[in-house]
Amino acid sequence: MGLDAGRPTPVQTYPGWRSPRCVRHSPQGRRADTLASVSTSTISPSEAPPAPPVRFETSPPAYHHWQFSVEGPIARLGMNVQEDKGLRPGYQLKLNSYDLSVDIELVDAIQRLRFEHPGVRVLLVESAVARIFCAGANIHMLGSSTHNFKVNFCKFTNETRLYLEAMAAECGIRTVAALSGTCAGGGYELALACDEIVLQDDGNTAVSLPEVPLLGVLPGTGGLTRLVDKRMVRRDRADVFCTVAEGIKGRRAEDWNLVDSTVPSSRFKTWLEERLATLAEAKGPRGRDASAQGVPIRPLGGVYKDSGITHRFVTCTLEDRVANVVLRGPTTAPPTDGATARKDANDLWAWRAARELDDVLLDLRFNRLEVGTIVLKTEGDPDQVLAWDRWMAEQSEQDWFVYEVLCAWRRVLKRFDLTAKSAFALIEPGSCFVGTLFELAVACDRAYMLDDPDQSVHVQLGPLNDGAYPMSNGLTRLQTRFLGEPDTLAAALAHDGPWDPAEAEAAGVVTISPDDIDWEDEVRIAIEERASLSPDALTGMEANLRFAGPETMETKIFGRLSAWQNWIFQRPNAVGELGALTLYGRPERPVFDWRRT
Amino acid sequence: MGSVDLNALIPNNVDLKEDRRLQRALEAWQPQFLDWWREMGPEGFQADEVYLRTAVDVGRDGWAHFDYVKMPDYRWGIFMSPAEDGRVVPCGDHFGDAAWQKVPGEYRNALRRIIVTQADTEPASVEQQRLLGQTAPSQYDLRNLFQVNVEEGRHLWAMVYLLHTHFGRDGREEAEDLLRRRSGNQDSPRILGTFNEPVEDWLSFFMFTTFTDRDGKFQLLALAESGFDPLSRTTRFMLTEEAHHMFVGETGVGRIIERSAQVMNELGTDEPDRIRAHGAIDLPTIQRWLNRWYSSSINLFGGEQSSNAASYFATGLKGRYKEDSYEDHIALEGVYRMQVPQNLGLTTEEVPLRNAMNEILRDGYIGDCEFVIARWNRILEKAGRPERMELPNRRFNREMGIYSSYAYDPEGNPITAEAFEARRDDWLPSEADSVFVKSLMKPCLEFGKVAGWIAPPRKGINGNAFEWEYVRFDKSSAGIACGATPSLTGE
Repeated sequence: MGLDAGRPTPVQTYPGWRSPRCVRHSPQGRRADTLASVSTSTISPSEAPPAPPVRFETSPPAYHHWQFSVEGPIARLGMNVQEDKGLRPGYQLKLNSYDLSVDIELVDAIQRLRFEHPGVRVLLVESAVARIFCAGANIHMLGSSTHNFKVNFCKFTNETRLYLEAMAAECGIRTVAALSGTCAGGGYELALACDEIVLQDDGNTAVSLPEVPLLGVLPGTGGLTRLVDKRMVRRDRADVFCTVAEGIKGRRAEDWNLVDSTVPSSRFKTWLEERLATLAEAKGPRGRDASAQGVPIRPLGGVYKDSGITHRFVTCTLEDRVANVVLRGPTTAPPTDGATARKDANDLWAWRAARELDDVLLDLRFNRLEVGTIVLKTEGDPDQVLAWDRWMAEQSEQDWFVYEVLCAWRRVLKRFDLTAKSAFALIEPGSCFVGTLFELAVACDRAYMLDDPDQSVHVQLGPLNDGAYPMSNGLTRLQTRFLGEPDTLAAALAHDGPWDPAEAEAAGVVTISPDDIDWEDEVRIAIEERASLSPDALTGMEANLRFAGPETMETKIFGRLSAWQNWIFQRPNAVGELGALTLYGRPERPVFDWRRT
Repeated sequence: MGSVDLNALIPNNVDLKEDRRLQRALEAWQPQFLDWWREMGPEGFQADEVYLRTAVDVGRDGWAHFDYVKMPDYRWGIFMSPAEDGRVVPCGDHFGDAAWQKVPGEYRNALRRIIVTQADTEPASVEQQRLLGQTAPSQYDLRNLFQVNVEEGRHLWAMVYLLHTHFGRDGREEAEDLLRRRSGNQDSPRILGTFNEPVEDWLSFFMFTTFTDRDGKFQLLALAESGFDPLSRTTRFMLTEEAHHMFVGETGVGRIIERSAQVMNELGTDEPDRIRAHGAIDLPTIQRWLNRWYSSSINLFGGEQSSNAASYFATGLKGRYKEDSYEDHIALEGVYRMQVPQNLGLTTEEVPLRNAMNEILRDGYIGDCEFVIARWNRILEKAGRPERMELPNRRFNREMGIYSSYAYDPEGNPITAEAFEARRDDWLPSEADSVFVKSLMKPCLEFGKVAGWIAPPRKGINGNAFEWEYVRFDKSSAGIACGATPSLTGE
């Protein structure tokens, strides 16, 4: 349905939320017009919104669900989910089942390992609860969540599992999942994200993906993908495994490569400690060793309001369904080396800006559902940004901390790619879309560059644009952008120095560079038009257009697996009155519509 | 249904002779079973002739055929209760449909799990009790122990028959695993917790057969209501045998209580130390054993609110105890009001009936146990004693279910974990209690004699007297059989 000026459009409202309204938007941030009427129709009670906003910062002393300890080169994460400490009331996190609050702590622990504990060589993921490893995502939480929340939850947990794998690859921290007791669904998916899975062969401990037979949905946290793509389990065996609710244990689990080792109970603890000790001997990359001093992660101290978020380098101002995100570049030159950088690490532009942007993206995803478009701007001195990029490129070769900062950008850029909001970069005078920040412009669905003869504006590549920030598909954003134009890509990479607006458009690195006369209308119309399109269709369209090129495990997880899961999550066979997910744990049995789609 | 074929290697009424495939499967399994029996069955006594009951038919006379037999020669047979014409699925969403003679594909895994879990308890209890023969208080009790053991072995056969017949290769593998797991073994324990606890003394054995076998009875009663007809018919026949096991337990504890009352009256005291000094077991100690085994057994019914239980009922795999006494076999209406922990206290919660099926079965069990306690108390009453045995509350000392994270006293009142620990030795067997009870466990196998801590039974087995040769000891083997240790005698 198109949006005609002045015509009332019914818009669903979320009780307790700001009224979402369709707006006329101007590039200066003024609201040109507002549609007169807002429908009072509300969504069904079962889709009641999550009450307080979700915040993503935490720290080990505040953990409810994980026992986190580091001893020399060995770190341990013991899952110990507190039933009544879920994100919101209405469900109990029984049997080490998890909700978002459990994952927020997990991702925090991963960050702490990367930054605060460079001496760690191996991470053990285990359960602190007897007879159960983890029962997966809490069904009652899923059952009582809105569709939006479910999708965002799954995306976040998928990102977290990938962060575990990225940590192993980038920091050389080997991850071992030790399974003693039930390991079902999301529990097994967590184990699948580890490098090694060891199963206690006690006759009871089994791994299972019971989603299909029990719940009528998919193991949506990468389970199906990792089974066949990472562990390369034969598809017929995987097929059997995914339909046996009770799962597979002992020898067969090892024979089928569902786990790496099975160890009898009597030797389990000893075996595990020996294995950890062996893995802990490995040398860490870039000086990650016992002598390395960690860098504490301090709270960002952002100011959160209904109207947006204020961080030091990133601000987000909401105007109805548009988020105006401004990222400010560095005001100082980069430190001389990694050691200097570590001294005031929490004030370090490169690290802090990445963390702040990540926080804003998560806030937009979970707390600002009605925001459909991110309008991204930068402010600052392009030369400084490039200086920092050069510093990161050089130092990250040998300095573990600087490499961590670079990896933080890698993650936030991927999170940007995977955020289900339209994103437009506005490249205006005073902006600094160069190097790492230019990468953000390429990550946007479109980039508009003002061609103003009176004011200089340019974009430029830096040393990090050609490989430091791979997308989920394994390619750089420029490779993905110029998938069918290798010459254009080569020319862009060979171009030494800045592009002015006309050159940038000709080089294909921006979408369009309107002149100062057209600029305001061009941008306004683009944003207004965007705001009028179906949010579902846009999400699907963007997810398809953003990831050209080869499939990887990651793209399959966020594409194939998530899309099918999100479809199933909407289907009556799962969530209808008689659907399997709806009725799970209830006395009635599901009734299916047998027609295949 | 075929007639009983006594000549077959395996006595049965399931037409085994005509079923070559099944016969081969079972004939292959049988040597493994005998190996298991030799390794994990009763320690010693394998060459002795024991006066045992063997099922040779399902009719009134056939199921209780008594004769002397060496245990390894015992004929473990396969019997099902006769088929009922026109039997229907007795409960759940398929209520009223013709009962299934073959496993419905969609319920295969769930059914297999139910059968394996039940089957696993049968060899487990044999393993748990394997050393008890060494300390039997009389020939009569020794014989009863072995009767229980061989019949648990037969129940294993019954379950293995179902696995072999209806579950293909998975079933055969599960049947082999049943012989591979070992009670209390850290590396391959039995599936359920209670069946990994050692039964090291006869007081425990009698409590086990009273309370744990009674759980078995109720599970079998629920499975007898299964829509899967072969399971229903198999378990119905098992129930006839199970009754004897509970008889052994209940009368065993009763005889210990009787002896204690007798000693208390003789000495004119109820002081535990003096009762103990006289070689009997004081009532508080018996109560602690009762508390331990009852609270352990009651876990076996599973979670108070269970989606598995709801699913088993809904699919008609498992019904309620006496399903036909209910009017509504669908059980989608109505709720079960249950006490659930809240803020260190209790509150009443309404649970959909189907999700409360475990608790409904547990209620039946508890009611049954209360009758047992009443009969034990009648012994005390008859002896003129004021003391009474008591059944602890279902919340007491739980290791599974909604109460397991909290502490309750035997009356079921919520208390702190510290308060529980402070009273633990008053409520549950202490190390010192075990040492004392074990000190009494000396064999007393001379003809007509009985140990001093237990009264003789009123009558013997199969119309015979207590003073009767229940075990013909193999004279050639130097056993502990005939009074290797001087035995206390109560008479």
